[in-house]
Amino acid sequence: MSQRNRLGAGGRIDRKRPLRFTFNGVSYQGYAGDTLASALMANGVDVLNRSFKYARPRGLVTAGADEPNAIVQLGASEAGQVPNVRATQQALYEGLVAKSTNGWPNVDRDLMGVIGKLGGQFMPPGFYYKTFMSPASAWPKYEQYIRKAAGLGRSPIENDPDIYDHMNHHCDVLVVGAGPAGLAAALAAGRSGARVIVCDEQEEMGGSLLDSREQIDGKPATEWVAAVLAELAALPDVLVLPRTTANGYHDHNFVTLHQRRTEHLADVAPAADGRRQVRARMHKVRAGRVVLATGTHERPLVYARNDVPGNLVAGAVSTYIRRFGVIPGQRLVLSTSNDHAYRAALDWHDAGREVVAIVDARERPDGDLVAAARSRNIRIITGSAVIEALGKKRVSAAIVGAIDIDGFSVKGSTQELACDTIASSGGYSPVVHLAAHTGRRPVWREDILGFVSGGVPGQIPAGGVAGRWSLADALGDGFESGARAAAEAGLSTRSFTPPTVAPVREGKPVALYQVPHTKPTMRAPKQFVDQQNDVTAAGIELATREGFESIEHVKRYTGLGFGTDQGKLGNINGMAIAARVTGQTIPDTGTTVFRPNYTPITFGAIAGRHCDEFFDPRRYTALQGWHVERGAKFEEVGQWMRPWYFPQGKESMHDAVQRECSAVRERVGILDASTLGKIEIQGKDAREFLNRLYTNAWTKLEPGKCRYGLMCKDDGMVMDDGVTACLAENHFHMTTTTGGAAGVLDWMELWHQTEWPELEVYFNSTTDHWAAMTITGPNARKLLAELTDIDMSNEAFAYMDCREAKVAGVPARIFRISFTGELSFEVNVQANYAMHVWKALFEQGDKHGLTPYGTETMHVLRAEKGFIIIGQETDGSVTPEDLGMQWCVGYKKPYSWIGRRALSRPDTKRSDRKQLVGLKPLDPQLVLQEGAQIVLEKEIRIPMPMVGHVTSSYFSPTLGHGFALALLKGGSQRIGQTVFLPMADGKVHAAEVVSPVFYDPQGARQHV
Amino acid sequence: MLHIYCPHCDEHREEEEFRPKGEAHIARPTEPEKTSDEDWGNYLFFRKNPRGLHHEQWFHAAGCRKFFNVTRDTVTYEILETYKVGQQPAVTAESRKRQASDQGAAK
Repeated sequence: MSQRNRLGAGGRIDRKRPLRFTFNGVSYQGYAGDTLASALMANGVDVLNRSFKYARPRGLVTAGADEPNAIVQLGASEAGQVPNVRATQQALYEGLVAKSTNGWPNVDRDLMGVIGKLGGQFMPPGFYYKTFMSPASAWPKYEQYIRKAAGLGRSPIENDPDIYDHMNHHCDVLVVGAGPAGLAAALAAGRSGARVIVCDEQEEMGGSLLDSREQIDGKPATEWVAAVLAELAALPDVLVLPRTTANGYHDHNFVTLHQRRTEHLADVAPAADGRRQVRARMHKVRAGRVVLATGTHERPLVYARNDVPGNLVAGAVSTYIRRFGVIPGQRLVLSTSNDHAYRAALDWHDAGREVVAIVDARERPDGDLVAAARSRNIRIITGSAVIEALGKKRVSAAIVGAIDIDGFSVKGSTQELACDTIASSGGYSPVVHLAAHTGRRPVWREDILGFVSGGVPGQIPAGGVAGRWSLADALGDGFESGARAAAEAGLSTRSFTPPTVAPVREGKPVALYQVPHTKPTMRAPKQFVDQQNDVTAAGIELATREGFESIEHVKRYTGLGFGTDQGKLGNINGMAIAARVTGQTIPDTGTTVFRPNYTPITFGAIAGRHCDEFFDPRRYTALQGWHVERGAKFEEVGQWMRPWYFPQGKESMHDAVQRECSAVRERVGILDASTLGKIEIQGKDAREFLNRLYTNAWTKLEPGKCRYGLMCKDDGMVMDDGVTACLAENHFHMTTTTGGAAGVLDWMELWHQTEWPELEVYFNSTTDHWAAMTITGPNARKLLAELTDIDMSNEAFAYMDCREAKVAGVPARIFRISFTGELSFEVNVQANYAMHVWKALFEQGDKHGLTPYGTETMHVLRAEKGFIIIGQETDGSVTPEDLGMQWCVGYKKPYSWIGRRALSRPDTKRSDRKQLVGLKPLDPQLVLQEGAQIVLEKEIRIPMPMVGHVTSSYFSPTLGHGFALALLKGGSQRIGQTVFLPMADGKVHAAEVVSPVFYDPQGARQHV
Repeated sequence: MLHIYCPHCDEHREEEEFRPKGEAHIARPTEPEKTSDEDWGNYLFFRKNPRGLHHEQWFHAAGCRKFFNVTRDTVTYEILETYKVGQQPAVTAESRKRQASDQGAAK
């Protein structure tokens, strides 16, 4: 198919470089420099999509980020799929493959369109809510079909082959937008020596200058653009980012930029110099000042059937003709409320095609562009507007009528003008999205009929976005804003003369949004406000009539400005209609809030390098290599990877854990305990600090001794536990839970810095310094004695002692503490010696039956002893007494330690609090489910009082039955009772309430 | 993302280096055992949630590891000052009101 809408000359495309591409399975040709949209237009493809709700055929409306219809699914391969790409923003490349987002079986013959036609009457706003309300149980079924009928693109189902990254920047001045104002600002700021970043979302920088009819310094505007870009490129502290959208504006001038680095080359990033390229990059910029030069979006007029392909905004017509050398059709009708839109008719005429008429809503238009149209003998119909478009898949005619804007009516008879394209312009809306992301409401300016920034600290709007629309004003404002931004950053700019531009006199525009029809809005053919979300003027009327009067409610009820559109094209028109219906002004009606992202960005760009093993930092102990070699299965504990169990051969987890448990109880086991939090505490007040921090007393702990401690928050609830050893009078080695280490150190800093700065005490995290190995079981002493230089006898090294010694020839801190109930030693050595010591232990260990065990076995063994795990037996609502740990609470300590006072509050003294108990299922083979709720009666009724829950549950090879720990209301008074645990599958388990200490209640085994 | 001036490091740093720790200037009663249940409950659980100026505690967790105070506007997220623990804020709701009425009088 030839490019039948391609002009013979003109445009910024390269006719010598043809490119093949495929759209909806058909092959076409375009040129380098085209967007997908301009190439499709060149080939005369009118219907690019089906609409979201009504499945109406839709074509191009704009040439940029505000495009509501031409949203495509991109990608030749499955892995390269990108959803929701605007064809107007996608550069053409050789071999590009795109498909319409909606339309089944295809966009030309769409079956959902039948529903759409019915929908004319039957799908008002709230249709789904109203129709599918009942029965509620049927909703999942309805939803299946509704989801099929509506929606945007799909994500790839294969892994993304590309790489992405993030970059952080600081700059003095960030310029967003490289149109006339942005380029001028970047130049002014750059010349001052400021660190400048300038970004622009388009394929080429220059903005409106790329299709301007005007001249700068007597030369085509594009020459000025080229000269400025060359100067910027030569400035050492200026970073120019093309194809880069400022997609989010956050607090304190933190702006996220989304740079598409290879999207114009292929659907998967091609290699460069033999290396993979980063496909997209997120720049995180902290800017001293931001010059916002985002320009304007043209507002289309809202008239009947304004969504038929062939209806465009006026400026897009000029862009396609002048920038891409492509013309949307043969015969044009232009409907406008302002002078500026006349450019579309002039460009159309100058391209040698017929302008049927310019329909101007004003009675007496009289600017320079109007004069230019008159001099070309273009017919101008004044005081009128296009009130309806005719045609199905392409405009065939425009119905034009004289209108009374104030009376919102059509005067007299209408006429039909045959044409294939209707361009419309209802004025220009400043692109204030980035001025609104941080929550500032935009402010209405009646003189420009648009919302401008409400003022963001450190942000300077320049040019079109500030309502300065003529080229001369935009350039002047740009230079001034750039210089001001640099000056505020402390840099002065040499004086300069802005370039000269011949002034263009424009007449005053008239406020026109929705065009009146001969029929009332509710009965006229659909007048679309937001084409992407299929919101009509009648829909907004209906919403206000049904009581949704706040614009925020109108938005949610109708979908106006939702999703990827974010109100670019339809918001002001929608507000104007809501204002008309409710009898308010537009500023009274107000705007909805624009949210990031400005245009969609890919998850790849958001994730950057933070995927797979880089998603979250992983921490490994010094013994990781050994564990892997030994075939350990791992579990994640916070960021740590810990051996979970060590299966032998094809052993199941259950069998491995039973074997590891028996090895510890009968011979000796070894656990890598390096992940335990460790904090070194020194200073003359260290002991006093511990007294205030822990619930129990530390005054009498002698050097060479360890003690278990509980920590509470000041509300009396247990927050952490661990053993702390006294190494010297002013020197302690604290251990915390694996997950709590960082939080405990913060907690200690908080109290020291804010409440007790008078205490002389210092803390340092030593978690990574020490590798820790727990050697536990009846043979532990025999094994360790072979490798140490100290007396290991029970008399010389008693339970809860700590010693500094050599183990396998390297210095170690050894703590005789037990988390299994067996004779245990925890050996701490410098992490880089750990592998040596571990291997030395295994060299001697065979004859003693040394068995490595993981966290699962550790859990079973400690639970048999009734030892708690923070976060499992506790959840921030459990006191030491709830855990039966009164023995660990120093009520007599002189200082009111953290949590002390709260333990005498009435709530913490209640006798019916949940308390720690053991549960023994009546069926000995049963392992209760952790988290199962406990009730007191066997007969289940709903509701019934739930009195507790299972916190830990395992099968014990030592006991020969399943057992559990639980928190149970008034539990300590219920020992011996039977409780019940109803399960989701309808079964009800029964268990006996017992002491939480199942094994060796006297604690004899750890003292041997 | 806030840009926070650490009064100990003497420079602006990114929010990701800091952790918010809630309302500032909450002193633990000096004699807890003589404090009534109600007062202890107020100390533990009751916090201000103002629309406007808020004095709050932050922790330079991934920096100097010092706690300090921030006066922040909860509507605009503007940070008006940061100051060390033990110091009092210069900008308060009262000082703002005074300033506004002074300006009113000057006009």
